[in-house]
Amino acid sequence: MSDINTIIKPENIIYKKTDVLSENELHYCPGCSHGTVHKLIAEVIEEMGIQDKTIGIAPVGCSVLAYNYLEIDWQEAAHGRAPALATAVKRLMPENYVFSYQGDGDLAAIGTAETIHACNRGENIVMVFINNGIYGMTGGQMAPTTLPGMPASTCPAGRDVSHDGAPIKISEILAQLPGTCYVTRQSVHTAANVRKTKKALKKAFENQAANKGTSLVEVVSTCSSGWKMTPTKANEWMEENMFPYYPLGDIKDE
Amino acid sequence: MAKAKGAIVVDTARCKGCGVCTTACPTKVIELAAEVNGKGYHYAYMANPDACIGCSNCGIVCPDTCITVYRAKAGATA
Repeated sequence: MSDINTIIKPENIIYKKTDVLSENELHYCPGCSHGTVHKLIAEVIEEMGIQDKTIGIAPVGCSVLAYNYLEIDWQEAAHGRAPALATAVKRLMPENYVFSYQGDGDLAAIGTAETIHACNRGENIVMVFINNGIYGMTGGQMAPTTLPGMPASTCPAGRDVSHDGAPIKISEILAQLPGTCYVTRQSVHTAANVRKTKKALKKAFENQAANKGTSLVEVVSTCSSGWKMTPTKANEWMEENMFPYYPLGDIKDE
Repeated sequence: MAKAKGAIVVDTARCKGCGVCTTACPTKVIELAAEVNGKGYHYAYMANPDACIGCSNCGIVCPDTCITVYRAKAGATA
């Protein structure tokens, strides 16, 4: 142990919590991807030195309390309306960086209209989209993004495509709109993927600085509580089942 | 011999024992403790500290950002 204590010195720190993240303990379930994505946004904000001019738009869903965790200015949107609120904030304060943060129930269900039209107008904002294929906060109901055959509390036998339709690939839809400049799908279940997601988020914020239009970063995520799995098992399940339907990588980069 | 020696410090009060760090660690340093913290979670700890290479994978994947990673060049710790 004496060996360890010689390593644990301030000058040897190579990874620690960024100061843009608050000291508040996250309310998310163990292993929830939200925490990792919050941290990445905070790290990008710190690296770009834009903490005092970034405004986040918090959604409704599990991440409704996102404003407790990043030491930046926030606005809380009505359910699904984050892109509309982000539009307003960015148009009124064009010198500020504005990003919306939404889950799949928020962005791809109740907020589909706001999402599509903000992207179609090419609003100069960053949209972060957490896709875990389920309504986490309200009790694991089927979402538009729930996979075929995937059980949820409102479809315990699994999603029946003949009855409920196929899961919506919202990022592919948004990539077709002329207003989007960057649409990418990432994940945060391994260190390598976390690094890629951080790179994607940084690119999205740089796009905003360059006035290029709407950047959408989808993060395929887990919901271990909603999926009723341990966090590590949920990561494996996501690799096996989510990635074939929601393949990772850039969908559009202009 | 490993080129670098690493060590981690886990904020055990914040840790929720999700175990994502245990699978991210390439040298199997981290395990979940038999004891629980104030929230009732089996927190992560360095079960095999000698194997740590200071890659910081555990800190990067930790959703609650409760791991600080240290690294020193081999020899510097003697």
